[in-house]
Amino acid sequence: MSTRLFGESVQRVEDQRFLRGEGRYVDDVLVGTTGRDMLHAAVLRSPHAHARIVDIDVSGVLDLDGVHLVWTHDDLDGPMAEPLPLLIPHPSLTHGRTQYALAKDEVNYVGEAIAFVVADDRYVAEDAVGRIRVQYEFLPPVVGIAAARAAEHLVHDDVPGNVGARLEQENGDARAAIAAAPHTLSLDLTVERSASTPLEGRGTVARWDPDIGRLTVWTSTQTSTGVRAALAAKLGLDLGRVDVVTPDVGGGFGVKINHPWPEELLVPAAARLLGRVVKFTEDRREHFISSAHERGQVHHVEVGFDDEGRVLGLNVEFWHDHGAYTPYGLITPIVTSTQLLGPYKPGAYRVVFESLYTNTVMVTPYRGAGRPQGCFVMERTMDAIAAALGKDRTEVRAVNFIQPDEFPYDQGLIFQDGRELEYDSGDYPASLQRLKDLVGWDDFPKLREEMAREGRTVGIGLACYVEGTGVGPYEGAHVHIETSGKVKVATGLTTQGQGHATVFAQVVADVLGVPFEDVDVVTGDTRRMPYAVGTFASRSAVMSGSAVHLAALRAREKVLRIAADALEASEEDLEIVDGVVSVKGAPGSGASIDLRTVAVLSNPLRYAFDEASQAATQFSVGDPGKPPVAEDDEPGLEGRDFYSPQRSTYASGMHAVIVETDPETAEIKILKYAVVHDCGRLINPMIVEGQIQGGVAQGVGGALYERMAYDESGQLLNASFMDFLMPYVTEVPERIDIDHLETPSPLNPLGVKGAGEAGVIPSAAVFASAIEDAEGPSHPGLVITAMPISPSELFHLRQVHTEESR
Amino acid sequence: MSEELYDVRLTVNGVAHDVRVPARRLLSDALRHDLGLTGTHVGCEHGVCGACTVLVDGRPARSCLMFAVSAVDSSITTVEGLTRDDGTLGPVQQAFAECHGLQCGFCTPGFLTTITAGLADHPSPTEDDAREMVAGNLCRCTGYTNIVKSVLRAAALRDGRRTPSPGTEESET
Ligand code: FES
Ligand code: FES
Repeated sequence: MSTRLFGESVQRVEDQRFLRGEGRYVDDVLVGTTGRDMLHAAVLRSPHAHARIVDIDVSGVLDLDGVHLVWTHDDLDGPMAEPLPLLIPHPSLTHGRTQYALAKDEVNYVGEAIAFVVADDRYVAEDAVGRIRVQYEFLPPVVGIAAARAAEHLVHDDVPGNVGARLEQENGDARAAIAAAPHTLSLDLTVERSASTPLEGRGTVARWDPDIGRLTVWTSTQTSTGVRAALAAKLGLDLGRVDVVTPDVGGGFGVKINHPWPEELLVPAAARLLGRVVKFTEDRREHFISSAHERGQVHHVEVGFDDEGRVLGLNVEFWHDHGAYTPYGLITPIVTSTQLLGPYKPGAYRVVFESLYTNTVMVTPYRGAGRPQGCFVMERTMDAIAAALGKDRTEVRAVNFIQPDEFPYDQGLIFQDGRELEYDSGDYPASLQRLKDLVGWDDFPKLREEMAREGRTVGIGLACYVEGTGVGPYEGAHVHIETSGKVKVATGLTTQGQGHATVFAQVVADVLGVPFEDVDVVTGDTRRMPYAVGTFASRSAVMSGSAVHLAALRAREKVLRIAADALEASEEDLEIVDGVVSVKGAPGSGASIDLRTVAVLSNPLRYAFDEASQAATQFSVGDPGKPPVAEDDEPGLEGRDFYSPQRSTYASGMHAVIVETDPETAEIKILKYAVVHDCGRLINPMIVEGQIQGGVAQGVGGALYERMAYDESGQLLNASFMDFLMPYVTEVPERIDIDHLETPSPLNPLGVKGAGEAGVIPSAAVFASAIEDAEGPSHPGLVITAMPISPSELFHLRQVHTEESR
Repeated sequence: MSEELYDVRLTVNGVAHDVRVPARRLLSDALRHDLGLTGTHVGCEHGVCGACTVLVDGRPARSCLMFAVSAVDSSITTVEGLTRDDGTLGPVQQAFAECHGLQCGFCTPGFLTTITAGLADHPSPTEDDAREMVAGNLCRCTGYTNIVKSVLRAAALRDGRRTPSPGTEESET
C-alpha cells in the first residue's frame, strides 16, 4: 500500500461535528422534530441507606397537571418485577444479589430507585416525585469494609457475614515459601472509593412505533447489544423488534458498561404503554448516588524475599467493598487478584479475597478496574522490600521482572475472562531503562540536594504494571463498498470518546486502498451490527480493530475476484490504489477498474437506477451458462468477519513522578511526570497519547483528591462537583513526558494491545512512592499505606510519625 | 394547577427566537430543548463544570445558573455560533481539531466559548495564561494537556487570520 495510515496521527473525523455543537448525545436525541411530543421521566430515590418500605402513597401525583404515569414495584409484572440480571455469574459468587427496577419491600442504599414518574417536562416530573410519600422502617446501615466484616448487622438478611463471595487462587506454596525466606515483611494497604464520573451521566430515550411494532432505544451505554438482549427479555419482546442505538457518549470510563439500569427498562416500558417518546436524563447528584463506584479495598500482604529482593513467596488477602448489589459479578476483585502480579514472577503466590456487601452504591469497574489497587499493593511491597534491604527501588524491581525471552509467560492463574493468565509479549527491562532515562532517575539525588539547599523537599517514585487488554469473547465488523465507491463500516461495540471512527477508518483505508475520507464508521448500533460485546477492558482496538481489519480483507478479496474477471487478469497481479484496481506496476496502462464499477458489477441487477448501474443489468453482464450469483457467493460488495482470540493480550507500562511536598503545609506539587508505555503497535499515536494524558489526570485525581465521603449512616456527603474534587487543569501535571515501546502482540493481525485504561493504573502507587521518598529525610520511616492522600492527611501522618518516633 | 408562562424573546447567535417558558426554566434547558440548540451541554447543573458555558453579551456565563426569562435583553452566543458563516471552523474550534483538544466532546462547547471570550481579553496568552483561562472548566477525558495547547494554537490562528471569530466580534463591540 502506498500511503499507509496505520501508525499516523490522523486528525479525528468525529471532531468536526463535536466542534460545531452538532454531536448527538442521548439528551439531544429527538429534540426539535418530535421534541414537543416528548415526555420526561424522574425517579424517586431512597433517602435512607437501609430501610424497609412500609407504605408508598402515590395518591395526588396523577392530579398534577402534566403527569402521565407513576409506577412503583406494585405496578410492574412479569420479568420486569423480577430482580435485574446478574450479568457475570461466577461459581464463587455464592450470594449474588441484584436490585429490582423499583425497590421491592426494602432499600439498600441512598439513591436506590423507588418510584418512576413520567410527565410533560422534567420540572413537572420532579414536582410529582416530591408528592410521593414513603413510610420507612429503619434498619441499621452497614457502611465501610470494617463494618461489613464485623457483620454485627447484615445488608441482606439471607447473606451471612455480608460475604457475597470468597475466591482463592494459588500458584505454588506461598505460605511455605514465605516461612522459608531469609526476609519477610507484612503490610496493610487501603484504597478508597472513587468513581468514573463522566461529564455526561446516564440517559435513555425510547420510542415505540405501533405501526410496525418496533422499539427503538437510544441509551448512553458501553454495550448496546447487552442492553438490547436485556430489554427484549424484560419487556417480553422478540429480539428482532428491539433496536438499541448508542449515540455520541459523553464519557464512560467503565460505569456505563453496567446494564440494564432501572431507567433503561422503565423508559422503554413507559414509551410503549403511553405511545409517546420518553426520555430520562440523569442529573449529577443522581449520578453520584445511583450509578456505580469502584476502588474501595483493604489488603493484607505477607511477603518473603532473598537478599537481592527477589520475591520468593507472596500471600495477599483482601476485602472488596462491592456495595449493595453485585450485578457485575466479581470482575473487579478478580482483576486485582491477578493483575497485582504486574511484570513480576514471584516464586509462589497465593491470593484470597472476600467480596462484601455494604449499604452503599454498588461497585462495578471504573477505568483500571481493580488494577490500580493491585498495582498499589505490589508496588508498595516492592518499595518496602527496597527499604528493608537498603536497595534502590528500581533494582528490586529489575530482579523480579519476567525476562523478554520468557514469553509467553504463564502466571498459573485464571484471569477475569476465565482464561489462563498468560502474558503474550513485553520487554520490561527495556521499559525500566527508558523510564529511568526519561525521568532522570540516576540524577535525582543531585536534584534532591540542590532543592534541599533551597529548603525544598522533593521525592521521586515509580510504579510498574501489566494490563490484560482486549478480552473476549469476540467482536465483529461489516464492511460495505457502496456503488458510490464510499465504504461503510459497522462494528458493534460503542464509543465514548476514543476516536473509533478515525482509527477504524485508518485500518480499513489501508486494507482497501481507498481514500480515508471515503470511509465512514458506525459503532454501537444494533441495526448495523447485531453481534457485539461492548467497550471495556481496553478492548476496542484489539477486538474491533482486528475484526474491522478481517472484514475489510474479505471485502478486498471480493473486489479482486470481480476485478480480475473484468480485467481478465489474475487476482495476484492486482492492487488497489486510491479506489482504483489495476495491474501492479502498470498504473495508468489502461487495464483498470474503479471500486464504484466493481460494486456495481457485484450485484447483478434487473433494474438499473442510474447510468453506471446499467452495466450490471441482465442484458449487459454475466455468462448465460451460469447463475448470475454463483452458488457459494452473495450479491453486493461486502465483507463481514469476527475476531475471537484465545486469550487477552498484555500491555504494560511504567510511570515515574517527581513531587515536592511543602515542609509546613504538606501541600503536594507535581514537578515531573514520565510515562513509558507499551501497547504493541500504535494505530494513531496522537489518540494513544490523549488516552494516556487523560488517564494520568484521572489517576492524579484518584491519588490525591477523589474519594466518596460516606458518613456512618450511609449518606454520601460529597455528591456534587463542588465537593467531589475532580481535577481541573490546575491539579494535573503541566507536562507528561511519554515514551512508547512497541512490542507487537502475536495474538492479533494488527499486533496491537489495548491502551485506554493504562494511564490511570499506577497513579496511587507512583504517588505513594514519591511522597514517601520526599518525606524520607525529614521523617525517616514514614510509610504511606492508604490512598488517596490529601495535604491534611500527609500533615497528620507527619504528626503521628513524629510522636511515635519520640 | 398549571404554571404561569412568559413570552420571551431570546437572541441567540444573532437570531431572535420567541418562546413561552415558565419562570423557572433554566437558560440551558431553553436553549437545548425549546430552541433545539443542543450544542450547549449540561454536566452538573450546579455551576461547577462549565460545560454549559455560553457567551452573554460576549462574557462567559453558565447557562445552568441563569433563567431563560433573565436573558431577554441579552445577546447570547452558543457553540453553534462559533462556526463561521461559510461553515468553516472558527479559530478556537480549528485549534481543538488540530491539537486533539477533545475526546468525548461533552465538555468541549464550554471550553470553546470560554476560550473565545478569554482570547478576546488576552489575545497573546502565555502558557500560564492559557491554563488560567480554562481553570474553571472540567474535562474528564483529556487531562487538559491538549486543551492548553489548543488555547495557544487558537491565539496563533486568530493572529494569523486577523479576522476575529464571530464570538469575539460581539465582545469587542
Ligand atoms: S452544567 Fe452548568 S456548570 Fe455544569
Ligand atoms: S472531552 Fe470528554 S469531558 Fe472533556
